[in-house]
Amino acid sequence: MEGNIGELGQYIGVGLTAIGMGGAAIGVGNVAGNFLSGALRNPSAAAGQTATLFIGMAFAEALGIFSFLVALLLMFAV
Amino acid sequence: MATEAEQATGLTFHPMDQFIVKPLFGAGEVHWYTPTNVTLWMAVVALAIIALLVMGTRGRAIVPNRAQSVAELSYGMVHKMIEDIAGKEGLKYFPYIMTLFMFIVFSNFAGLLPKAFTVTSHIAVTGVLALAVFISVTAIGFIKNGAHFLDLFWVRSAPLAIRPVLAVIEVISYFVRPVSHSIRLAGNMIAGHAVIKVFAGFAAIAAVAPVSILAVVGMYAFEILVAFIQAYVFTILTCVYLKDALHPSH
Amino acid sequence: MISLLQEAAHSVAEHTEAAAAHGADAAGHAAESAGLPQLDVTTFANQIFWLVVTMLVLYWVLSKVALPRIAAVISDRQGAISGDLMAAEEFKQKAREAEAAYDKALADARSEANKIVAANRAEIQKELDAAIAKADAEIAARAAESEKRISEIRASAASDAREVARDVTAELVSSFGGNADAAAVDQAVDSRMKGALQ
Repeated sequence: MEGNIGELGQYIGVGLTAIGMGGAAIGVGNVAGNFLSGALRNPSAAAGQTATLFIGMAFAEALGIFSFLVALLLMFAV
Repeated sequence: MATEAEQATGLTFHPMDQFIVKPLFGAGEVHWYTPTNVTLWMAVVALAIIALLVMGTRGRAIVPNRAQSVAELSYGMVHKMIEDIAGKEGLKYFPYIMTLFMFIVFSNFAGLLPKAFTVTSHIAVTGVLALAVFISVTAIGFIKNGAHFLDLFWVRSAPLAIRPVLAVIEVISYFVRPVSHSIRLAGNMIAGHAVIKVFAGFAAIAAVAPVSILAVVGMYAFEILVAFIQAYVFTILTCVYLKDALHPSH
Repeated sequence: MISLLQEAAHSVAEHTEAAAAHGADAAGHAAESAGLPQLDVTTFANQIFWLVVTMLVLYWVLSKVALPRIAAVISDRQGAISGDLMAAEEFKQKAREAEAAYDKALADARSEANKIVAANRAEIQKELDAAIAKADAEIAARAAESEKRISEIRASAASDAREVARDVTAELVSSFGGNADAAAVDQAVDSRMKGALQ
């Protein structure tokens, strides 16, 4: 189990970047939750806004994917 | 380190091995022309799309059969998406966007087949798709609007003082578009497949095997959803970028 | 972006090669950290080549064959649906016209019947009137005849009575010994009878 200190830092960094994905999860949940509460208030307007919903979710999710990418890079490429 | 862990617990995690590009025949170098698993799965995807859209609609029936209804449904979906977001002028680029959508959705679904290779999980592939969209959309913007296309970056609704700052931000976000556009798709595909693989790796331990198999089933179901949604998102963002190119004023 | 990635991946590849070179004994480690397959630049040309080929083929097939065909099918269906709707509208119109014609025929028949009834009634009325008039005339004729006969009878009765009265007067006068002058007797009887018979 004796590794070097670099590998230790690498794995700690990977673990820390995983927190970023949690942020993305919060963001996506926020988007979906607000959409749902809005849709329940005015269901007739909801159908026209699903595209906006997906765009918003995609933008929120992209940042999580970025942190995932950083994790992958740390894990495999550094 | 990992090998030691493998020896100690009997676990083998190679979640990224499924993405390795291998030659189909033999095991030589991968040249640009070598038929690889990429070639194979792209061919599978292309044939599946042709089977659906060409063979499926061969009957040209007024009352469609199943394949024809699916083909018409996807046609109608993409058509409506472009019309809703980019407007009537966007419909000129319908075949291109339809090709993108069908290719991505079929690649994502084909990647979910066991033993399959997911072509959209490669940044090279999604990067080329996103760059093609980026370049063509920018070209369309300049051809259609000339210098007015730069209005996209000059936010007239904002106070004059902060317009330069906004312009810098807008320019950066414009150039980040292809990056996020491509990495979103590839990242989602990599993440889903890797997570399934990791859960599958845990099945080697008898005690947690049921849980891990259940988790694989759940992730697989989630991935089916993601496979469609990411293709949808890629297409819809293409439409949004196209709208920006056709109508650059905010 | 691609070039950035390529650079990154280049450095990665160099790094891993170096690692593999100086850590050759740790073969498992080298295999494990061979880098992300996505960042293996040596396969990029291959992927991009086959992607471009696939996309060109798909674009060609979709834009030349599949999409025009689906568009044609959908517009055919729209045409068929709107055609059917129009046909249905036409049939409805026809049905409405037929109903109107039926109503008209019914009304015509009814008015015809009314006309016939009225005509018959008029004819019957005429015949009736004629019959009544005839009967009236007959009655009048008969009444007149009866009147005449009655007046005749009355006249004859009056003359008879005068005759009788004259005879009786003449007889009476002669029996009382008077000279019954015929003319005087007549005059006397007539003057008397004028009041009695009238």
